Amino acid sequence: MTQTDPRFHVPAPHARPGDTPDFSHIEVPPAGEAKRPEPTVAAHETRDLATGLVRVLDHNHQAVGEWDPKLDAEPLREGLKHMVLTRVYDDRMLKLQRQGKMSFYMKSTGEEAVAVAAAMALDKGDMVFPSYRQQGILFARGRDIVDMMCHCISNSRDNLKGRQLPVHYTWAEGNFFSISGNLTTQFPQAVGYAMACQYKGESQIAASWIGEGSTAEGDFHGALVLASTYKAPVILNVVNNQWAISTFQGIAGGQAETFALKGQGYGLATLRIDGNDFLAVYAATQWAAERARAGLGATVIESYTYRADAHSTSDDPSGYRPKGEEAKWPLGDPIERLKQHLIGLGEWDEERHAALEKELDELVIKSYKQAESFGTLHDGPLSPVESIFEDVYAEPDWRLRRQRQDLGV
Amino acid sequence: MAKMNMIQSLNSALDNAMEKDPNVISFGEDAGYFGGVFRVTAGLQEKYGLDRSFDAPINEAAITAMAIGMAAKGLRPVAEIQFADYIFPAIDQIVSELSRIRYRTAGQFTTPVVVRTPCGGGIRGGQTHSMSPEAFFTQVPGIQVIMPSNPYDAKGLLIAAIESPDPVVFFEPKRLYNGPFDGDPTKALETWAKHEKGEVPEGHYTLPIGKAEVVREGNDVTIVAYGTLVHVALAAAEREGIDAEIIDLKTLVPYDIDTIAASVNKTGRCVVSQEAPRTSGFAAELAAQIQEECFYALEAPIQRVTGWDTPYPHAHEWAYFPGPQRFINAIREVLEA
Repeated sequence: MTQTDPRFHVPAPHARPGDTPDFSHIEVPPAGEAKRPEPTVAAHETRDLATGLVRVLDHNHQAVGEWDPKLDAEPLREGLKHMVLTRVYDDRMLKLQRQGKMSFYMKSTGEEAVAVAAAMALDKGDMVFPSYRQQGILFARGRDIVDMMCHCISNSRDNLKGRQLPVHYTWAEGNFFSISGNLTTQFPQAVGYAMACQYKGESQIAASWIGEGSTAEGDFHGALVLASTYKAPVILNVVNNQWAISTFQGIAGGQAETFALKGQGYGLATLRIDGNDFLAVYAATQWAAERARAGLGATVIESYTYRADAHSTSDDPSGYRPKGEEAKWPLGDPIERLKQHLIGLGEWDEERHAALEKELDELVIKSYKQAESFGTLHDGPLSPVESIFEDVYAEPDWRLRRQRQDLGV
Repeated sequence: MAKMNMIQSLNSALDNAMEKDPNVISFGEDAGYFGGVFRVTAGLQEKYGLDRSFDAPINEAAITAMAIGMAAKGLRPVAEIQFADYIFPAIDQIVSELSRIRYRTAGQFTTPVVVRTPCGGGIRGGQTHSMSPEAFFTQVPGIQVIMPSNPYDAKGLLIAAIESPDPVVFFEPKRLYNGPFDGDPTKALETWAKHEKGEVPEGHYTLPIGKAEVVREGNDVTIVAYGTLVHVALAAAEREGIDAEIIDLKTLVPYDIDTIAASVNKTGRCVVSQEAPRTSGFAAELAAQIQEECFYALEAPIQRVTGWDTPYPHAHEWAYFPGPQRFINAIREVLEA
């Protein structure tokens, strides 16, 4: 019989500040254990994959099992480079924010594989609707770093004219939709976009990312209902990084069932994957993209990972979780794991890695100097003041014309 | 020209727009196979196919988000929200997303969506089928807000909305779907058959967004109305033999301040009106702007005719509805001041 407990229940994480980090409750199945069905499989037959964990890289950093995407060394090195660049960029931007160079920043430390591997597995033409921690997609798609920085420091060359908080990128040319600060809104939008691709008879698909905390939003349900109803060619990623600012994943119902399993209720294909395993993320995205392009509808992918740093520069995690917890994360670090895998293959070594880090750090520093030459939020120049009245409508109406005059610009 | 009621003219607008542009698609709750609970989308699925006129799940936020995503891909979605009272679950998608995509992407993405929704009372709809929530949306930079008052305008403005590069929230006063309504519920129902604005071209035409119309010329007082209240204001002026100039606003954002100001500068007196509750309604915006524009021409304080600051009651619907007598009282007030 189930133990009964009539008391009001508020879930709590396994460890709080002052406690020893404890992840003993997390079951980590061996790499290579998960079966890989054909992407044309019936959605309900992916049920087990929603409760297991697709892992390719084992504890010796070798690629094992059916999900191994069997990539050549070149794309692996490329993936490693994008991930290292993401981390180096994040670290440098954090420092610059601390020096007052920008108003706000958000790192993706520990989650680089989730964005980079997915972007590499998608076609460059596929439209992405990310949340604010997938900057890795931009690096994987080759966005100019100076342009990214110009946005973050809101200067005269910010392609968003200083209208968005830092890291809320838009890059139409790279098929990267606008990032919203309102959570989950992009999830059902991605489904609509994917439907329009089908309507137009194009093979393009859409992919979107939200955090596990954001699955609590109504738009999560809306997106899954739409995706299920219209069999939309979309990949719906839930990045379970354990923490939504200070609330652990249990506050979003995460202690009941996995986030991937929710997709089963809607008749969608579901995968739960090791988000710190570059090869698992790549393989899962490739599988879901193939399924979507075949007209078999959406896949919900839960990437199991850990937010290794603060939520944002406005957050201090020492107030709600033990210090050093990230080092104990049982799934390790995505960069270290891919690096060791490449070294094991004889395709990489520590010297080259150190040189890569140095090269990318120098690139980031050089890029920042260049970005700064176009101005900073603090000292300007910014986009022209009158630009605040532009793009509200296609053409400003009398109210905006008058208000611009009132502002005297 | 054909005789059309407002349902038929809106249907004709969708038909023309869909015929002209394969990117125009229509969807909403019960709006596909069945053609909508008010029949505005009737026949479209049969004519244009399942993928151009289809049923949507009961989730107004998802309907709006789907439209946003589709518009970002170059479609021209027309989403029906079954009743304006049901639009609130979609408010985040409209206010935080739809309205700002052009702005926050600096024009890299645009989402020219039309959200159509029947509004207003006078149909015994109770609190959840009678609201006029237009003022909420006039507070949102980036969307245009339209409310026509007759079949001819409804068609021309809906096609203009669909072709507009900007998102539009398009309110359809449902009490006017089948005929004009002068605010007297005891009279026999009128149809659009004898009304000159019930004459509607069958082909494609547009009316300019942002342009009001003087529907009755007069010299003593200006009455600004939109939607159902246009007809109520006309009836009030006729009944009392008042030389009132009546303006049908048609577009709330951007509203036609030039037409209003020219009239008020001529008459020196003004009544503004709305069916929605009084406080912070669109009439308050009009009154504020008119006094800024016309202060030295005004002979009396501007009066408001509005619903009460209560939910829309069911049994006492006519005690809530701003009927002709409320207009007459307000007009007397400004004329006698």
